[in-house]
Amino acid sequence: MRIGLFVTCLVDGMFPDVGDATVAVLERLGHEVDVPLAQTCCGQMHVNTGYAREALPLVRRHVAAFAGYEAVVAPSGSCAGLVRHHYPALAEATGDAALAAAAADLAARTYELSEFLVGVLGVTDVGAHYPHRVTYHPTCHSLRLLRVGDAPTRLLRAVAGLELVELPAAEACCGFGGTFALKNADTSTAMLADKMRDVLSTGAEVVTAGDSSCLMHIGGGLSRLRAGVRPVHLAEILASTAPAAGPPVAATAVSAAARAVR
Amino acid sequence: MTRPAVRPDAGQASSATFLGLPAVVPPTAPRGVGMLRGDEPFPAAARRALADAQLRHNLGKATGTIRARRAGVVAELDDWDRLRAAGAAIKDDVLAHLDDYLTRLEEQVVARGGVVHWARDAVEANRIVVDLVRATGATEAVKVKSMATQEIGLNEALADAGIAAWETDLAELIVQLGHDRPSHIVVPAIHRNRAEIRDIFAREMGAAGGVPAPDGLTDEPRALAEAARAHLRQRFLSAKVAISGANFAVAETGTLCVVESEGNGRMCLTLPDTLITVMGLEKIVPTWRDLEVFLQLLPRSATGERMNPYTSMWTGVAPGDGPRAFHLVLLDNGRTATLADPAGRAALRCIRCAACLNVCPVYERTGGHAYGSVYPGPIGAVLSPQLAGVTDNPSLPYASTLCGACLDACPVAIDIPSMLVHLRARVVDAGRGTGRPPSAERAVMAAAAWTMAKPGRWARALRAARLGRLLGRRRGAIGRLPPPLASWTTSRDLPVPPAESFRDRWSRRQAGDGLGSLREGQR
Repeated sequence: MRIGLFVTCLVDGMFPDVGDATVAVLERLGHEVDVPLAQTCCGQMHVNTGYAREALPLVRRHVAAFAGYEAVVAPSGSCAGLVRHHYPALAEATGDAALAAAAADLAARTYELSEFLVGVLGVTDVGAHYPHRVTYHPTCHSLRLLRVGDAPTRLLRAVAGLELVELPAAEACCGFGGTFALKNADTSTAMLADKMRDVLSTGAEVVTAGDSSCLMHIGGGLSRLRAGVRPVHLAEILASTAPAAGPPVAATAVSAAARAVR
Repeated sequence: MTRPAVRPDAGQASSATFLGLPAVVPPTAPRGVGMLRGDEPFPAAARRALADAQLRHNLGKATGTIRARRAGVVAELDDWDRLRAAGAAIKDDVLAHLDDYLTRLEEQVVARGGVVHWARDAVEANRIVVDLVRATGATEAVKVKSMATQEIGLNEALADAGIAAWETDLAELIVQLGHDRPSHIVVPAIHRNRAEIRDIFAREMGAAGGVPAPDGLTDEPRALAEAARAHLRQRFLSAKVAISGANFAVAETGTLCVVESEGNGRMCLTLPDTLITVMGLEKIVPTWRDLEVFLQLLPRSATGERMNPYTSMWTGVAPGDGPRAFHLVLLDNGRTATLADPAGRAALRCIRCAACLNVCPVYERTGGHAYGSVYPGPIGAVLSPQLAGVTDNPSLPYASTLCGACLDACPVAIDIPSMLVHLRARVVDAGRGTGRPPSAERAVMAAAAWTMAKPGRWARALRAARLGRLLGRRRGAIGRLPPPLASWTTSRDLPVPPAESFRDRWSRRQAGDGLGSLREGQR
C-alpha cells in the first residue's frame, strides 16, 4: 500500500524521531511510505483558536499535498482528527465544490497511526521490543474524536519485553488543549498536576501516548519536577527492536537500574 | 407586551404563518441586568478559584460522585444512544418550528385558564413578574429552583421593588443565605461543604427573618436538612405567591412540568394562590409522549437517578385545587439570537442536566463562579456567549481543552467542542471588524499562517528555530522564558529543538544518505 506520511508540523519541527519511527514501523510491515514535502501544517492550531480564515490556505495546501495516496497516516490523533472531522465542513464553507469533494475524500483515508495499524492493516504485533515499564495516556482526540479504542494498548501489549501499567483516571484530559495551555495556563497546570500525580503513581519509567503535543505538555511538567519519567511517543516504542546480538544496549541497563532504585 | 422576535410579524396578533429564521439580527440579552456576564475574563477568575484548596476538594469529590452515579445508570440502558438521538431530534423539531409550537402552547394555556406573557428580555420579564406580584398585594414570594429566573436576576429585581423572594430548594437556600451565587446548574451549592453550610444556617436563618437554626446545630446532613425543613415550612405556609421555572412545557395541552428531588417544588406549585412560571421559550416539547424520552434522559444525566423523586405537572388552573391564578412568562433574552446561528443553535436543545459540568476537567478544577454566568461549564461556555453576545463573553469559548467529554455525556448530543471552535471564530471575527490594530495573538497567527503557507518558508523557519538549542544546552531542556512563552514555561519545560527537522532529515536521506538505519528501527 502506498502510504503518505502526514508528519504534522510539531513532529517535523520538534520531534523528528517520531517521524522516523512512524516510517520505520510502516516500512517494517512491508509498505511504501512517502513524505510529500508540500505539506506544512494542517491548520489545527489556527482552526481551534478561531482563525479558520487564516487556516484555509493551509487546508487547501494539505488537501493538495496528499492527493493520490491510498492512505494518509499521522502520528497524532489530534491532527488526524482535524482532517477527519473538521476538514469537510471547513472546505464546504468556502463554497468551493472541488475543494469540498477533495477534503471529504482525504478525510475518509486519513488515519492516526494506531488505528491504521490495528483497524486497517489488522496488525497488533509489529515486531517491537521495548524492555521498559510503560503507562499509556489515551489522548482526548484519539479517544473521543477518532475512537481508536484499545488499538494503542493492543499494540503495546504485543511489544516484547514491555510491561504495561494501567494509568489511573487515564481518560481525563492532561490539560494541554493547544493554545488552551497558554491562554488558560493556570487551569492547564492544575489539570497537568493531576495527570502527573497519576503517571507517577504507576511507577512507570515511560509515559506514552499517540500525540507529541500532549506528551510535550506532560513531559514538560515531569521534566520541570525532575520526576525521572520519560515521555516517549507510541510510534517510537513500536519502532524499537531487539538488539541484533550481544549484551543489552545501554538504555536497557539504565532502565534496569532505575527499576532497582525504585 | 410584544411577542418575541422569533416572529418577525411581532404584534400582528395570531397570524402565525412565518416558519424559519428571522430576517433581522435578533437582539442579545441586555447588559446591566441578570447574570450572563462575568466581571472579569475566565483565566483571571479561574486563577483565583484554583488557589482555593477547599473549593478544589469540594468540587473534585462532588463531581466525582455524580459522575460515577451517572455512568452507572446510563450503562444499564441498552437504548441510551437511541434515547439521546430521540431527545436531540425532538428538540431540533421544536427549534425548527418554534413559532408554531409557542403559539400552540399559548392557546392551550389560555384555554385552560392561564395567562401568557411574552418577555423579549430580562428587563421585560422582571417587570412583568414584579407587576404581577404587586397586583396580588404580596410582599414576598416562594421560589422553586429555576435557572431562567437566575439568568434574568429576578430576585434582585423583586428586592428592588420591595418584594422578598425566598429560595426553597435546599441548595439555592444555602446560596441565598450565604449571599453567594450558584456555581452549578443542578447542584448550585456544590462549592460548599457541610461545615460551611452549618455556619451559614446558624448565622443567617434567623437574620433573614425566618425560623432560625436550632441551637447547637451540627454539620450532620440530617440535622442540616431538618433545620432547612423547619425554616422553609414557615415560608411555604405563609406565601401567597410562588415563582417557578419549568423543565418542560407540553404544547399540545399547555401543561407545565417541573422535575425536582426535594418536594419543595410541589409545595410551591400547589400551596400559594398565585403561580408565576418564567420559562425560556425553548423549553417546549410537542406532546406528552415526548416527555417519555426526556423523563428518562434528564434524571439519569442530572443526578444519576433512574427517576427523580418529584415530577409535578399542571395545566392552567383548576377550581378548588392548587393556585387560583397561573401566569406563564415566555422568555427570549437572546434565545432568538442563538437560534439565528445555524452552527450554534443546537445549544438550545439543552435540558439543564449539567452532565457536561460534572465530566468537564476544567469545571472540576475552577468551579462555576469562574465562568461569570449562571450557566457555567461547557454548556455555559457555548450558551452564555450566544445569549449575551460573544463580545461580552469573549474568554468563555476558550475555557475548554476541547477534550470532548461533554459531548459524550450530553443527553441531547450537543456537539459542544465543535460549537466552541465555531464561537472562537466568531470572537476573532468580531475583533477584525473593529478597525483597531490586530491583537498580538492575531499577529502571531497571521505570521504563522504566512510561514506555513509555503514549504520553503516553513523549512527555513524550522532551521532558524535551531537557535533555541542554545537555551537548553546546560540541562537538555528549556526552563523559564520571558512572556509570552512564560505562559508555557511557568510550569513546564520546553524540549530542546532538534539539530535537524524531520523534513531536512528526510530530504537528506532521499538524496542518498540511506534509509538503512531507519528500517532497522534503531533507538
